[in-house]
Amino acid sequence: MSDAAGAAATTDAGIAPLVSGDIEGRSLGDRIYRGVTTVFAAAVPALLALIAIEVLVAAWPAFSRFGLGFVTSSAWDPVRQQFGAAPMIYGTLVSSLLALLLATPFALGVAIFLAEFAPPWLRQPVAFTVDLLAAVPSVVYGLWGVFVLIPFLRTTVSPFLRDTLGLSALPFFAGADYGYHMLSASVILAIMILPYTSAVAREVLLAVPRSQREAALALGATKWEMIRDAVVPYARSGIIGGVILGLGRALGETMAVTMLIGNRHEISSSLFAPAYTMASLIANEFAEATGDVHISALMAVGAVLMLTTLIVNIIARWLVWRVAREARA
Amino acid sequence: MRRITALFALLALAACSQRDTGSKDRTAAASSGAVDLTGAGATFPYPIYAKWFSVYDSLTGVKINYQSLGSGAGIKQLQEQTVDFGASDAPMSEDDVSKAKGGAVLHFPTVLGAVVITYNLADVTQPLRLTGPVIGDIFLGKITKWNDQRIAALNAGVKLPNADVLVVHRSDGSGTTFIFTDYLTAVSAAWKSGPGKGKEVQWPVGLGGKGNEGVAGQVKQTPGAIGYVELAYARQNSLPVAHVKNTTEAFVAPSIESITAAAAGAMPSLGAGSDYRVSIVNAAGAQSYPISSFTWLLVYQAEPDAGKGQKLVDFLKWMYADGQAMAAALDYAPLPTELRQRLTARLSEIRLGSAAP
Repeated sequence: MSDAAGAAATTDAGIAPLVSGDIEGRSLGDRIYRGVTTVFAAAVPALLALIAIEVLVAAWPAFSRFGLGFVTSSAWDPVRQQFGAAPMIYGTLVSSLLALLLATPFALGVAIFLAEFAPPWLRQPVAFTVDLLAAVPSVVYGLWGVFVLIPFLRTTVSPFLRDTLGLSALPFFAGADYGYHMLSASVILAIMILPYTSAVAREVLLAVPRSQREAALALGATKWEMIRDAVVPYARSGIIGGVILGLGRALGETMAVTMLIGNRHEISSSLFAPAYTMASLIANEFAEATGDVHISALMAVGAVLMLTTLIVNIIARWLVWRVAREARA
Repeated sequence: MRRITALFALLALAACSQRDTGSKDRTAAASSGAVDLTGAGATFPYPIYAKWFSVYDSLTGVKINYQSLGSGAGIKQLQEQTVDFGASDAPMSEDDVSKAKGGAVLHFPTVLGAVVITYNLADVTQPLRLTGPVIGDIFLGKITKWNDQRIAALNAGVKLPNADVLVVHRSDGSGTTFIFTDYLTAVSAAWKSGPGKGKEVQWPVGLGGKGNEGVAGQVKQTPGAIGYVELAYARQNSLPVAHVKNTTEAFVAPSIESITAAAAGAMPSLGAGSDYRVSIVNAAGAQSYPISSFTWLLVYQAEPDAGKGQKLVDFLKWMYADGQAMAAALDYAPLPTELRQRLTARLSEIRLGSAAP
């Protein structure tokens, strides 16, 4: 049967069944609409593939020259054309994970308060304020970090941790504190990712069915027990998704971290030692990179950063999937 | 769900505003109307170049658009012939020149800049005095205390604290770092065989700050810190600066005069036949400040478009004649008179209307 005949047949039948083949053949407008949306949908993966290919091609000379040493070596010497990205990989992972560790309890606290305890008149303003944190430009966080956070950490938090709590014997808190270090960068990152995690967690908690809460309360649960045993487990996979969204953001954050982390190519166990991240390195050196090997090495760092983000996302998907499966079981 | 959508919209906005922070000022020189010449390159001389181009436009109507993308980008764009001239704080290497598609490149020094040593020592009121080898050992991490014997010997009568020295350097690639490490390479054998010279080097010790403001900010906030910044930046922000010993054993304060003196002291190496791709660090002369350098305009020797080439030559002539007087007000050191005459004469080497050989 030809398309035209098919269209005529459905018109005759009055109500057309919504099957895709039918829509396709119905009119020119529908076909164009379908074509345009298909192009849009295909453009995004194509763009991503193009970026990945470009970066890998540009990075290839560095990978083939340094091999595995590129990710295990700590030498970064543009004068002698020796490049190893281990300190930057370490710095990116540690600063992001530390930020996650600091931000997640806060974000969950905010979300649970807003979803379960806050009176309706308070909920919107507080939620809006937290969301607004996400709209502050990165460089403003950086400036605030330099002028407010660093002096506060150096004069108040650092002496408290080291002298009052006596933690200076631990390798995490050893060495002189000049303010520009891993901990400063992690704290600013934590503030920056908090709104993402908290907004997602809040929406997920609000989406938990009322019957879930009522069932728990009917069994004699207190409010705390209800949240702990009925609401949060129900929303678990969504909350993990929110945490991972924050982590993805922390991994790629550039400007604020560059301003606070001290930019030193060195792996140190101390959180009071300056460090470096992959994104900061690229931002710092790309504009004035001299020589093909240097540019290629920076591209290779970009490729490693993309790969790291990809692996983190895969782990996140797997976590969400596993949690969702447990919830069903 | 709607709120999540709104959040992602905010996210996108925030992301946009982040991308923008790096590119501010880059197109500020672009004016309305037809542009006669375009150039790109170094950020360090941008304020004086912008001044020159705007004054020259009001005098002659010739519009010059300059994008301060950085020296590396300026050299790349000149090599690709996407601009009429480039600008750089470090001379082009042989390798750079060989990649230029338009043939031979001429280096024209425009003004002079200097790198100064700034520090944070609250109780030291008179300027600190340092020598090249001592600066080298501080930045190599060999001198770790402010009351080290070698610093104390240079600063008799100054009460130096028993405090740790914190080195602050540039984290981004920069002409300032090139000049500073060029100087250290010239005066310290240990530096030459160690980090060497370049726009980025492997620093043995210290923290990295982005830009002059990053280094100055870290030095200001941290007692016992020492770092290096451009003279113009230090003057505009009233930072304490060290006096540095030159080749005649005199301790010289960085100033417009002492930088111009360094160029005058280097004149013997800038004789006929010089291509002006020279370093003037540690220059001769009793008044010379040793960490000084030219900044260059890069021009193809063969200018196939005679009209554009003529405009460029005319501008350079005006810049060496009248433009130099505007430099000092913006904290750049003008070129010595004798050098200006030599460079004006050298403009005749530009071949108008001819293709590259």
